[in-house]
Amino acid sequence: MSRIGVFVCHCGLNIAKTVRVPEVVEFAKTLPDVVVAQEYKFMCSTPGQEIIQGDIKKHRLDRVIVAACSPLMHEKTFRKVIENAGLNQYLLTIVNIREHVSWVTEDEEVGTRKAKALINGAVYRARLLNPLTSRFIDVNPNVLVVGGGIAGIQAALEVADAGKKVYLVERTPSVGGHMIQFDKTFPTLDCSACILTPKMDAVNQHPNIDLMTYCEVTEVKGFVGNFTVTVKQKARYIDHEKCNGCLACTEKCPGKGVSEFDEGLVRRKAVYIPFPQAVPQKPVIDRGVCVFFKTGKCRLCEKVCEQGAVDFEQEDRFEEIQVGAIIVATGYDLMDVKPLVQYGYGKYPGVFHSLEVERLFNSAGPTGGKVVLRDMKTAPRSVAILHCIGSRDKNHFEYCSRVCCMYSLKFAHLFKEKTEANIYQLYIDMRAPGKAYEEFYARLLEEDVKFVRGKAARVTENKENPEEAGKLIVEVDDTLAGQFMRIPVDMVVLSPAMKPRHDAKDVARLLNLSTDKYGFLMERHPKLAPLSTMTDGVFIAGACQFPKDIPDTVSQALGAAAEALTIVTKAKMELEAATAVVNPAACSGCMNCVNVCPYGAPQMNAEKGISEINEALCKGCGLCAASCPTSAIIARHFANDQIMAEMEGLMEMEM
Amino acid sequence: MSHAVTPYLEMSQVIAEAGGETLKKCYQCATCSGTCPWTPVIEFNIRKLIRMSQLGLEGIEEHMWGCSTCKFCVDRCPRGVEIIDIVRSVRSVYAGGGMLPQSLRAFVGSLQARGNPWSGDAEKRNDWAQGKYPLYAEGMEYLYFTCCTACYDPRNVQVARATAEILNKSGLSWGLPGTDVNCCGESLRKVGDLELFEKLKEKNRGIFSAKGIQKMVTVSPHCYQTFKKEYEEDYDIVHFTELIAGLIQSGKLVPKKDFGGIKVTYHDPCYLGRHNGIYDAPREVLKALPGVEFVEMERIREQSFCCGGGGGGLWVERAKGERLSDLRIEEALSTGANVIATSCPYCIAMLDDSIRTMNVEDRIKLKDVTELFYESLEG
Repeated sequence: MSRIGVFVCHCGLNIAKTVRVPEVVEFAKTLPDVVVAQEYKFMCSTPGQEIIQGDIKKHRLDRVIVAACSPLMHEKTFRKVIENAGLNQYLLTIVNIREHVSWVTEDEEVGTRKAKALINGAVYRARLLNPLTSRFIDVNPNVLVVGGGIAGIQAALEVADAGKKVYLVERTPSVGGHMIQFDKTFPTLDCSACILTPKMDAVNQHPNIDLMTYCEVTEVKGFVGNFTVTVKQKARYIDHEKCNGCLACTEKCPGKGVSEFDEGLVRRKAVYIPFPQAVPQKPVIDRGVCVFFKTGKCRLCEKVCEQGAVDFEQEDRFEEIQVGAIIVATGYDLMDVKPLVQYGYGKYPGVFHSLEVERLFNSAGPTGGKVVLRDMKTAPRSVAILHCIGSRDKNHFEYCSRVCCMYSLKFAHLFKEKTEANIYQLYIDMRAPGKAYEEFYARLLEEDVKFVRGKAARVTENKENPEEAGKLIVEVDDTLAGQFMRIPVDMVVLSPAMKPRHDAKDVARLLNLSTDKYGFLMERHPKLAPLSTMTDGVFIAGACQFPKDIPDTVSQALGAAAEALTIVTKAKMELEAATAVVNPAACSGCMNCVNVCPYGAPQMNAEKGISEINEALCKGCGLCAASCPTSAIIARHFANDQIMAEMEGLMEMEM
Repeated sequence: MSHAVTPYLEMSQVIAEAGGETLKKCYQCATCSGTCPWTPVIEFNIRKLIRMSQLGLEGIEEHMWGCSTCKFCVDRCPRGVEIIDIVRSVRSVYAGGGMLPQSLRAFVGSLQARGNPWSGDAEKRNDWAQGKYPLYAEGMEYLYFTCCTACYDPRNVQVARATAEILNKSGLSWGLPGTDVNCCGESLRKVGDLELFEKLKEKNRGIFSAKGIQKMVTVSPHCYQTFKKEYEEDYDIVHFTELIAGLIQSGKLVPKKDFGGIKVTYHDPCYLGRHNGIYDAPREVLKALPGVEFVEMERIREQSFCCGGGGGGLWVERAKGERLSDLRIEEALSTGANVIATSCPYCIAMLDDSIRTMNVEDRIKLKDVTELFYESLEG
């Protein structure tokens, strides 16, 4: 005989709008073994929780049913509630009358009847629930950060300062990401390198940070608190232990590659560091353009290296690391604007995209900070900056990329500072939502930048009169002036959409993450849990989650560090007990369970010839139990008898 | 306060309900008006038309007749606004109120009275054929729907003859429609007379169904579009250039005459190209002609420059300096081409008119792709 308490939540109007809660409560009271049934507006709130705890004591309940929102929302909450009232936390069952009832119908009759049926089923099941004991396992105290841009760097520093060891894995030869490519940053006009290089140096020096550049994560196994990660150290063909960073090897190298860091504006050598402030300051050899690797001749670098650091025999190395939590901070790519033929990128040399222009402005860039066209000498006398190229556009990316209005303003300011050029900004809306952003916009108006409200339709070289000769003509319908305009300029700057990294899907697959409809890594909840993911122990930060500016990126990085620390600062963590277990006497060793499990939890014990389930990996989905031909597997908390009972309760009700 | 205007939302609702619902999505970015070929040429501004429709403002009359439905704006619109549908809805709301401009009343009246827009006698529809070509009878494979413009317009009649000859030589089983058919009615839909369009459509559908017509070939991309997408039937329709490309590929008809190195450029008609995605077939035909040097203009394929004939534009009188087809001929001339080829009777009419009024007949000739192909068969 059980003593069951049924607690039905209104969830404000979320449930109460469609389900007649008082009627459901009265119904529950009529069910055998139900000794108390209550309703409350927000059962998850403090007063709501106190009702449950009070009733457990007052009525000596031994089973609790909460009819409310999805268990994904508050199962953990209510388990703790009943545990604090003295009940084993697994003597609770949640009935979902929100997502499964009031959010899928507008019909009160149908909704109320279904709620009653679900509760009836839950009562049948609750009678058969057993107390379960959670196990506790050790937690690995290390943290892995994937991606060495500003987000990864900031997260790594924060975790390291909290006393935990961090592996910072960066795919390119140096940390810094996109931010180190920028010149000045809005709205403060801080020089990006000035604020970032100290942090880059810090991650290299910090005793708690193992900086792994030119490395990639190739495999992730395990579970929260106990991840085993395989990291590939790509062959640099330079032994960084011996290399002292003198860079003599780079001076005479005949190899010709294209500088990725300088957005293809200049060449680089085969043995190179990507930029002068690279961290670490030691080069790598790009074997794709290395003359020795291509023809078997040269080896000049080896000859001039006094440390004997060049090693053409080097191979990719694989290392296995153990961590308790992972932070993904892999950043973004800019969209390729070449397919937008109306803007002439790639066709007209005077058309640039924003990262190219950052490199032009940057004093460490290919022009030493001089603003010139691709001939490397002519300064533009007029520039048009085009907003929303590919963003806010159903044909490309529907979202707003958030930073381009602000960096376009920054560009205008830098153009005014470095040249005598006339600057036009062609925009649809001016988005300046951050601290000091609107004031920055106001300042740019005072700097006599000409704002034209209209999305640029076309960039063309076709001239209609002699004054337009040699210019790029930007065609736009200025909506404020109500006039179609042809604006002749020397240079056009495009603000392309920010999009997920081209291999974001691969990263997601590695870590068992979801991606949203645009391909960005998906957060658990956009408002309340923007940094955690549906995979416990894996967090995301920065532009890999969605386009954002530096202040927000740093905030997210610090937040992700805090989230990771909530895991690794505990010596032990509690495992979910609603997992599957094999009855060895009934197991025939058929391996059905091993084959169906998506998480690799059942493992064959070769000696005994039976399957054993790793409780830490098991998610309690029940596939193995369903597929076991001898019913040797019990999915605890969802055992066969419990499920059959629930079905009996459901079918008893007339729908 | 004569300079203050007030939104009249009932008008906006009427336009939305007439088929222009997507006007709600527009955020007035000006991509449409920036892209539209008409904006730098005449007063008409498509963005302003949509703005006025959103709020029910006065001034719609000045802007509602400019659009030639070329679809360039629709392709570029970042919000997915169905701009041509809005134009049609606005026109249907106003034309229903009897506000058709003078220049358009003639062809609408002609369609009402004679079933074609050229004031031609309905019984004389097939006179151009001079009895030389078969009429469609049940069991034949293709109905060749000639298009009213090809039947009655003197320049386009030459295209009709060339295409009929090609069909005869092709060995395909085909026939012309009887004189009981009427115009596909496409231009009526575009100027907003939806009622008359439905009448003409029902008549044609009845005739086609009675004869068991399933496969059609058309020379006009406008007829192609209408039968394919607006007749709500499952006709198997090919455009004539696709037919010829197929005949060349299968070896059934082989171009023989050497054109001696003339430079030919191709103008993509809006209704063949942007509306229906057919860009390659006409080019395949032209490139198969021996001794032809094929040159492309800059504004080709999806970026083709409208001749101005669609959306009722064929019948609108425009002053010099306001004609898109003039600008297109200038562009063709700049490539050094001797011939500008195209594959739409409206484009032919517009471009032909421009060549003559610009007095450049000695510098450039206008040919339909089918006419060039027919010439090449003579050897």
